[in-house]
Amino acid sequence: MNNRVLSLVLSRLLIAVITLVIVSFAVFFATTLLPGDTASILLGQAATPEAVEGLRKAMHLDEPAIFRFLRWIVGLLQGDLGISYANEMPVADLIGGRFVNTLQLAGVTALFSVPIALTLGITSAMLRGSPYDRIVTVLTIGVISVPEFMIATSAVLIFAVYLKWLPALSFANEVTSLTDLLRIYAMPVITLSFVISAQMIRMTRAAVIETLNTPYVEMALLKGASRPRMVFRHALPNALGPIVNAVALSLSYLLGGVIIVETIFNYPGIAKLMVDAVSTRDLPLIQSCAMVFCLGYLLLITTADIIAILSNPRLR
Amino acid sequence: MTMTHSETKSARISGTRLGYRFNIVGMVGLSIILFWALVAIFAPLIIPYPVGEIVDLDYFGPMSRDFWLGSDYLGRDMLSRILMGARYTVGISLAAVTIACFSGVVLGMIAAVAGGWLDTILSRLLDALNSIPSKLFGLVVVAAVGSSIPVLILTLSVVYIPGAYRFARALAVNINAMDFITVARIRGESTLYLIRSEILPNIIGPVLADLGIRFVFIVLLLSGLSFLGLGVQPPYADWGALVRENIGALPFGAPAVIFPSFAIASLTISVNLLIDNLPQKIRDRSE
Repeated sequence: MNNRVLSLVLSRLLIAVITLVIVSFAVFFATTLLPGDTASILLGQAATPEAVEGLRKAMHLDEPAIFRFLRWIVGLLQGDLGISYANEMPVADLIGGRFVNTLQLAGVTALFSVPIALTLGITSAMLRGSPYDRIVTVLTIGVISVPEFMIATSAVLIFAVYLKWLPALSFANEVTSLTDLLRIYAMPVITLSFVISAQMIRMTRAAVIETLNTPYVEMALLKGASRPRMVFRHALPNALGPIVNAVALSLSYLLGGVIIVETIFNYPGIAKLMVDAVSTRDLPLIQSCAMVFCLGYLLLITTADIIAILSNPRLR
Repeated sequence: MTMTHSETKSARISGTRLGYRFNIVGMVGLSIILFWALVAIFAPLIIPYPVGEIVDLDYFGPMSRDFWLGSDYLGRDMLSRILMGARYTVGISLAAVTIACFSGVVLGMIAAVAGGWLDTILSRLLDALNSIPSKLFGLVVVAAVGSSIPVLILTLSVVYIPGAYRFARALAVNINAMDFITVARIRGESTLYLIRSEILPNIIGPVLADLGIRFVFIVLLLSGLSFLGLGVQPPYADWGALVRENIGALPFGAPAVIFPSFAIASLTISVNLLIDNLPQKIRDRSE
């Protein structure tokens, strides 16, 4: 029996690797579609044809795209992400610190939103149909139906403009005290938590309701088990897999969320770096950032799938 | 991925024999959608001021009798700009969702009917496409080819084809296993006939509901891209771009930054309300 689980997990991992190859292919070719010759753009108006030709050779732009793709992939695997066009620094150096910042933001958000969302999701499923459940459902649908930037702007309006608890859009670069730290993190974390929690509450609620509808929970009810016992002893242990799956899937919404949140709050993370790179058309930087994002996303959804496989009692 | 809320209010729908009947929440959603559709069509006729003209001496002006929704960062009338913005937001999203759902559903039905290697390859490729986060895909494409309205429509539809495909394929696979399909196959009907006359009529209800949900996703993604400055380019502006233009008004809480957001929210929430309260007859036809 265990072999079956192992082979399922392995095949899921293999699919993830194949997907990653297709994705990197897509990212590379999407960015090389750029009209205009990179070498002449870099050297500017005054460049001689010889200089452009030389640079083209040095950057391997004269080779067919497939060779450049292979060269890029091999470079990535060796940790060589290329040189940024805009400021001629190695991309790896540019990304490094920013990546840690984004991870911190994502980590703090997850720390906040996961317990809150799980509590709300499970309790609203338990009290299904009650006014409490209705309120939670309406609120989550509301949050899901509006763009992330609207949640961010509403947070600013509420906490900075009307309540005046936090500064609106000013962000100090030097952190000197704990209050500074709180001020930098508060607004982005609040916004992201709202976005993530709404997804997580919905998925958790759906997972628990599905378990509550199973025959064995009905059996527990017929035996005369109390409602808390029915939920905590009979339903929840079996809903654990789907719930963890839901958590991993909702965390993948972080990736879309951080792009907006880092831009609006000027947070020095990798998403802001990428949005800036798009405006300067700094291709190596865009490619690497895109790969980091795709890798993170793939990691989360693969984890979610593997947890779903592992938690399926029929395969144990 | 987010269709789980369909079970919430279905119990309240009381069907009558005369066609479809919407409950009150669904009606409210439907009327707001119709309102924005009419605005999008007739915007040039009803705007009080020309969109590009600076009519207020003050920037970020408050709501007043002359300027119902205040003025923007240059002193242009916000109401006119929001009404015209409806054209871009609704138009682009509608075009994109039509392309996405049409291609996704056709491919999904073909994959379900044909099966075999075609099904495997299509599913694998579209799954791979699905594992690029949507905003990131938009960013990369806009960085590569620049932003224009046709590029936006195509990008948005490519992003949402995999979802539509997966949804339609799952439905079509169920129908495909039924007896009347086997009978049609034995009669010697072509794949085209099977798709058009046997499968499509049986999945059209849920597919239309799915189209509504995807429309919401596309409106949100378009607004997000425009907000990042990668969507509709100045001098034109959709609702997301209007928020971006006027983000400077945020610390003052001026109406210029609030109302475009309200416009987006009113549209997306009403589509969600309508889909949630669709008569069971349309929504669950094949489930």
